[in-house]
Amino acid sequence: MKYEAPETIDQAIDIYSKFNGSKKILAGGTDVLVQLRTDIVRPEMVMNIKKINSLHEFCIVDGYWKIGAAVSASKITKNTAFISEWPGIAEGVGLIGSTQIQNRATLVGNLSNASPAADGIPALVAANAKVEIVGQQGSRVKDVYSLIEGPGKLHLSKDEFITHILIPLQRDRSADCYLRFIPRTEMDIAVVGCGVNLSVKNQSISSAKIVLGAVGPKVIFADEAAELVLNSRLDKDVILKLQRMCEEIATPISDKRGSIRFRRQVAGVLAKRALQKAYARALEVS
Amino acid sequence: MKKVHVSTTINGTLKEFLCDTRETLLDALRDHMLLTGTKEGCGTGDCGSCSVIFDGDVICSCLTLAAEAEGRNIETIEGMAEGGELHVLQKKFLEHAALQCGICTPGILMASKALLKKNNNPSEEEARFWLAGNLCRCTGYDKIINAVLDAAREIREESDGV
Ligand SMILES: Cc1cc2nc3c(=O)[nH]c(=O)nc-3n(C[C@H](O)[C@H](O)[C@H](O)COP(=O)(O)OP(=O)(O)OC[C@H]3O[C@@H](n4cnc5c(N)ncnc54)[C@H](O)[C@@H]3O)c2cc1C
Ligand code: FES
Ligand code: FES
Repeated sequence: MKYEAPETIDQAIDIYSKFNGSKKILAGGTDVLVQLRTDIVRPEMVMNIKKINSLHEFCIVDGYWKIGAAVSASKITKNTAFISEWPGIAEGVGLIGSTQIQNRATLVGNLSNASPAADGIPALVAANAKVEIVGQQGSRVKDVYSLIEGPGKLHLSKDEFITHILIPLQRDRSADCYLRFIPRTEMDIAVVGCGVNLSVKNQSISSAKIVLGAVGPKVIFADEAAELVLNSRLDKDVILKLQRMCEEIATPISDKRGSIRFRRQVAGVLAKRALQKAYARALEVS
Repeated sequence: MKKVHVSTTINGTLKEFLCDTRETLLDALRDHMLLTGTKEGCGTGDCGSCSVIFDGDVICSCLTLAAEAEGRNIETIEGMAEGGELHVLQKKFLEHAALQCGICTPGILMASKALLKKNNNPSEEEARFWLAGNLCRCTGYDKIINAVLDAAREIREESDGV
């Protein structure tokens, strides 16, 4: 296995696109190293991107929060300006692994690994986040939802990799939330995850995105459920309908962490709680 | 196979070694540097027994390639006691009997050291959350947490000049 550690984006593009064998980008390595050790992947080359300065950027540029592909989870959960604007995205990132994992894992790595249960993805999708991608042909921007093809797969060509996540600045009177259910209190994989991003006007919900994780091969937009809550103040009957709707929308599998029936039910409960929390947050900033 | 040459600072001393690209930092510490204080439990990031401090942050050395250590600053358990004098955390672990078999101890000490450097007054809950990635099969954790909180108290008293 060849090991490369370029120091500029141009070098990285050159190395990555010219290498014809099997290859892996190494960000925090918290997925890659496990996959290497268990022989799930046997790349002929790994390219460590952490020496590239521009990939450590974490700032606001042209109306977007720009988070570089080498920014660790613990940097994200320490950025108070970011957390106050996108508490839900920060909640998802903060749930990834232990202290040790947080110091290495990146949000781009979480997204690129494209696990159906990834904690970083639902809130990003609910926030309408995008990624900046580079390759031989130059750079392009794509939204996170359509970038994901399925478990472990992204719509990227062989020479491409992600440089940044772009999260639009949060709108006025708006807030997000991410909740997951796990059987333990820490260090486990989501049985269900739910990201919500909403806006309020005159105390009623004026727009909402509900995104379910871990209940399908990729995250699911619960659009019909989001429509139900529009113009509401989350009264009891609305919440009940929303819960039923999310149970129907979820398409989980059964495994040791939960049966299909259980996961559907949890999807409804989490959607309810995430909505209520995001709604309360949005009222607070209104 | 072609080896990679790595030079890195370990416990304050510049070290050099040759490694295979698939080797982890844990392999390099144990097999090349003969620093066997850092333990391997799971090898997949779950148990924390391989914890070391890497440029100031606690990480799992089993999830880091040895080659990534190039130009970095690494602290391991071997550098914790200074000149034969145990670190306050080590003393408190002995005092509180916070270890039995000891396999988890080097990792927990390194993780605790990183915690107390960031926050010398953690609540019990903060300490438990910080150490959630360090598994101990023997102690039941209470003694570990008591030792860490007691060490924090002593560090605070020392810095207050009490
Ligand atoms: C003990 C433990 C606990 C964990 N707990 C959780 C958890 O609770 N929730 C959760 O969601 N995940 C969890 N994970 C999984 C993992 O930590 C996360 O998915 C993490 O965010 C991955 O980020 P990374 O930077 O380490 O990725 P890497 O391992 O470096 O990369 C992951 C994948 O993305 C690709 N990649 C990385 N960067 C790019 C890029 N810029 N462009 C294109 N492809 C790229 C890599 O080639 C690889 O396929 C856990 C892992 C461990 C070991
Ligand atoms: S050996 Fe590294 S975390 Fe278990
Ligand atoms: S003392 Fe035995 S595992 Fe902790």
